[in-house]
Amino acid sequence: MQELLLDIRGLRTQFFTDDGLARAVDGVSYSLEKGETVGVVGESGCGKSVTALSVLRLIPDPPGKIVDGEIIFEGTNLLQLSSAEMRRIRGNDISMIFQEPMTSLNPVFTIGNQITEAVRLHQGLNKKDALAKAVEALKLVGIPVPERRVHEYPHQLSGGMRQRAMIAMALSCNPKVLIADEPTTALDVTIEAQILDLMRTLQEELGTAIIMITHDLGVIADIARKVVVMYAGKVVEQAPVERIFASPNHPYTQGLLQSLPRVDKDASGAKQRLQEIPGIVPSLLNLPTGCKFASRCPSVMPHCKEQEPPLEQVAPNHYSACWLNH
Amino acid sequence: MAAETLLEVTNLKKYFPIKGGVFSKTIGYVYAVDGVSFTVDKGETLGLVGESGCGKSTTGRSILRLIEPTDGKIHFEGQDVTALDKNAMRSLRREMQIIFQDPYASLNPRMTVGSIIGEPLEIHKIARGSEKTERVASLLQKVGLRAEDMRKYPHEFSGGQRQRIGIARAIALNPKLIVCDEPVSALDVSIQAQVINLLEDLQEEFGLSYLFIAHNLNVVEHISDRVAVMYLGQIVELASDADLYNDPQHPYTEALLSAVPIPDPTVTKKRIILEGDVPSPIDPPSGCHFHTRCMYKEKICEEEAPEFKHIGGGHWVACHFRPKV
Ligand SMILES: Nc1ncnc2c1ncn2[C@@H]1O[C@H](COP(=O)(O)OP(=O)(O)OP(=O)(O)O)[C@@H](O)[C@H]1O
Ligand SMILES: Nc1ncnc2c1ncn2[C@@H]1O[C@H](COP(=O)(O)OP(=O)(O)O)[C@@H](O)[C@H]1O
Ligand code: SF4
Ligand code: SF4
Ligand SMILES: [Mg+2]
Ligand SMILES: [Mg+2]
Repeated sequence: MQELLLDIRGLRTQFFTDDGLARAVDGVSYSLEKGETVGVVGESGCGKSVTALSVLRLIPDPPGKIVDGEIIFEGTNLLQLSSAEMRRIRGNDISMIFQEPMTSLNPVFTIGNQITEAVRLHQGLNKKDALAKAVEALKLVGIPVPERRVHEYPHQLSGGMRQRAMIAMALSCNPKVLIADEPTTALDVTIEAQILDLMRTLQEELGTAIIMITHDLGVIADIARKVVVMYAGKVVEQAPVERIFASPNHPYTQGLLQSLPRVDKDASGAKQRLQEIPGIVPSLLNLPTGCKFASRCPSVMPHCKEQEPPLEQVAPNHYSACWLNH
Repeated sequence: MAAETLLEVTNLKKYFPIKGGVFSKTIGYVYAVDGVSFTVDKGETLGLVGESGCGKSTTGRSILRLIEPTDGKIHFEGQDVTALDKNAMRSLRREMQIIFQDPYASLNPRMTVGSIIGEPLEIHKIARGSEKTERVASLLQKVGLRAEDMRKYPHEFSGGQRQRIGIARAIALNPKLIVCDEPVSALDVSIQAQVINLLEDLQEEFGLSYLFIAHNLNVVEHISDRVAVMYLGQIVELASDADLYNDPQHPYTEALLSAVPIPDPTVTKKRIILEGDVPSPIDPPSGCHFHTRCMYKEKICEEEAPEFKHIGGGHWVACHFRPKV
């Protein structure tokens, strides 16, 4: 049985900068079911993180503002909650882990302080129980000798261990949703494999729903059940993971998949020249009218530059925003 | 066709001293590169992979003597690079260039693209004035930019375009070898392919050799003819890219390959999850450096360093128990 947990509807988040208005997230909708992992993929700057920060209402204002949309979490629109109500949701029901753990771990507090603070705030535990809970959380994410590590500072841990500590902190309150923003991008592949393995296990054991933000389609293939492809502030395609890889519909998704070098293919036959997506992503300050991918699209038609294609169903559970489907 | 060796690196070592105490005495060393040997043939791409801090960049920089190696020999076209004085080294730099990972940090923000690319031409007295301008224009076109771009500054370009500028500067002097230190790691996937294709085209046109450093195995396997795998300052395996992928010998290579995320949900592979982190290069483990994470470890591994042996067909490995008998 599927149960809707988080529903992002028509989200629009903008930044009013000195250089002009940046439409960072421009009408994004996607949803997350209980226990599901949704992968969000796209080039840097396409709005993946801003969408996630909007869900948690962590957009710096000024210069940023959520100007439109709804974020429905278990039937409540988060955008209408008071700051105090939102604080209770954050870290308790919805947690986030970031690409660079050093930016969200406080360097002057021990790992233990930081985790206990979170659980005391949200779960009202006393000091001793909170510390025990912190040790348990560190153990759960596979940090060796957690009784000792809990008293160490972030800089005393390696990159992989810091990321684990972050996950431990994020999971210490048993959130229903975990938003992981490029949690493995700064890590080596063997450590990345450890972290992905850990997230999979935790999901199986705790049933946490995960939004996995990444630019790595390999990570998506590995961990996601549903995939959301973003380009220039919009969702251009959405489908179950098997379909995204087997029959991508949007020319951008197709281009992305073809441009990837693949160790398993390259070593087993004659090497092929990589397919390129020509050109670069348009500036958010100066977006073209019509389809945002038109300047790079091999199938562009005159109509594409005039009207924006809507995100429409092209197969069961498969959505794409491209005029070729008309 | 017998390949001709362009670069031969023998037992290269680079130890960085660690200073400490009141008198800033040397209290230890970072064994960043600890006895690395390999060759690069003319027109060949040798890939160098390994986890962060294993000594890839230090190896690349030592070869160009951007940092002074502690020990070992580097021969370029038969010439002993480590024995050259400053002047001789400067003229050899025409033959050996480097491209860096961070296209933002490696270009002087106050110089126009024209002066950035033209500078080496002037330093080496190859071209000046209008001849230089023409050369710069044609270099820009070679890397897929426009001649007019020479009047612009680096901040006016995207990451991929800046990497193209770095490449134009590197090929300006017609080098024979380019050390590419993570040239596409900072780029978006859709831009990565553009830059990889450009590097491949230039290699074909000018017969360039590359030492291609990266941690992304998908990228390295694609571009390399042979691949060397580094772990804690040492090469643990070296083979043709097909052999390395289809028949990995070293337990570390096996784990590394199994960890590479494959963009295909129907591929299910058995992942070898390595325990723990890479140990510190300040105090590398005794014997085989990999023994603290190796699932095949036996007693001898803690005591004796395995020899880097040739197991046939240009395939080298450093493990007591490989090839399997
Ligand atoms: N100037 C220096 N002084 C002291 N230690 C150094 C110096 N440069 C590098 N090191 C150390 O030498 C080791 C190897 O570094 P190197 O930069 O070669 O790694 P790498 O393989 O290129 O890693 P990455 O993938 O992160 O770029 C590391 O432990 C690093 O901290
Ligand atoms: N605090 C901010 N001020 C101005 N612009 C911002 C801010 N945060 C993000 N942006 C802009 O919003 C866009 C989307 O950013 P982001 O969501 O971080 O991209 P990504 O998909 O790489 O996570 C980018 O163009 C970025 O520059
Ligand atoms: S709408 Fe047109 S330009 Fe946009 S992706 Fe489809 S074909 Fe290409
Ligand atoms: S020498 Fe021993 S520890 Fe090292 S890789 Fe081989 S089996 Fe493992
Ligand atoms: Mg981001
Ligand atoms: Mg490096």
